[in-house]
Amino acid sequence: MTIKVLGSGCANCRTLEQRTIEAMKLLNINAPIEKVTDFQQIASYGVMRTPSLVIDNRVVVQGHVPTVDQIQEILKQEVV
Amino acid sequence: MTRKISFLSVFLVLWVSLYTNLEVLTDFVINSIFHLGKNSPLTSAVHFFIFEVPKVLLLLTLIVFVVGIVRSYFSPERTRKILGGKKLFVGNVLSSMLGIVTPFCSCSAIPLFLGFVESGIPLGVTFSFLIAAPMINEIAVVLLFGLFGWKVALIYIVTGLSIAIVSGYIIGRLKLERHVEEWVYKIQVHHVAAEETKVSYSERIDAGIDAVKEIVAKVWMYIVVGIAVGAAVHGYVPENFMASLMGKSVWWSVPVSVLIGIPMYSNAAGIIPVVQALLEKGASLGTVLAFMMSVIGLSFPETIILRKVLKLPLIFIFVGIVGTGIVMVGYLFNLIY
Repeated sequence: MTIKVLGSGCANCRTLEQRTIEAMKLLNINAPIEKVTDFQQIASYGVMRTPSLVIDNRVVVQGHVPTVDQIQEILKQEVV
Repeated sequence: MTRKISFLSVFLVLWVSLYTNLEVLTDFVINSIFHLGKNSPLTSAVHFFIFEVPKVLLLLTLIVFVVGIVRSYFSPERTRKILGGKKLFVGNVLSSMLGIVTPFCSCSAIPLFLGFVESGIPLGVTFSFLIAAPMINEIAVVLLFGLFGWKVALIYIVTGLSIAIVSGYIIGRLKLERHVEEWVYKIQVHHVAAEETKVSYSERIDAGIDAVKEIVAKVWMYIVVGIAVGAAVHGYVPENFMASLMGKSVWWSVPVSVLIGIPMYSNAAGIIPVVQALLEKGASLGTVLAFMMSVIGLSFPETIILRKVLKLPLIFIFVGIVGTGIVMVGYLFNLIY
């Protein structure tokens, strides 16, 4: 599984990254998190709002920071 | 859902009873708790502060909630779809209006710009959006409505929209695509973002509540500080002090205010209470309006962000056209009022 956080280093992006790490810990998922800050790359995912969360090249969160619980739900769905 | 509705009803009743009794409550605090004498500058300043802070915060809570719900019906993706294939002018009008209601944060300005350009929306139409979105925001409208009344709030919205439409149209007509960084037009979208899912009413109410939490947490400090400065001006600056600096008869006051306003960075919450106090001390409406628009609508950090996708000439043209529009609005209102 590859997990990416898209965003140009704003406060929301860091929060999303931290919460994702926390959610992964709670679910015992071990995967590297990659931060994508380059606008060209961000745009290639077709997103217009940051921060975004991308799991296995699928955009699952756009333009907001979900709670740790919500991220856990998303991760569970993506893993199955 | 029923729980949410009853919670909202209780909130609304509390809101109305507080809002309609603010004057009484303020007088009570001034007379019975602080024991301040009548007609001293201190009383006048404290009264202003105690009355305006809760008033503005109440208005902000309600309007941000409503705007949060309205915005849940819009998204940049949807706006992009609506704007696709629209010609110049019609596209500019639509784009400016969508700029008001589409959720937008200046940190997303670049991805949004890229998303628009990539889907073939003309540069001028994209600019109308980028001008209207930060300039006409709910915080500015709330503060203008609360501190100046509905007429000024409406004037601000209408003139702000006109500037966004006309500036975007001119930028479109000038064919400035060559001043956009080359890589922008080479972007290839490899992955398709997830389809929008259906949103329930309950989730829309949540969106409104989230918006209130987020925005009130972000701007309450600015409002308190802004109103405190406004209160000091209100109490201690002599009447008509501003007339000689920002008054109607001073022809250079409008362009100078705009030049000072452009590099200044403050959100609407901090600047409007100060500006209101200036107006009271003899500054003219047009000058004040122009100053406010240049502070809120043309911000230095945002132009720096835009530099990543726009070459310098286009940045200058953008600031120049919008700045000229703001100066014209300033003169127009000094002439009318």
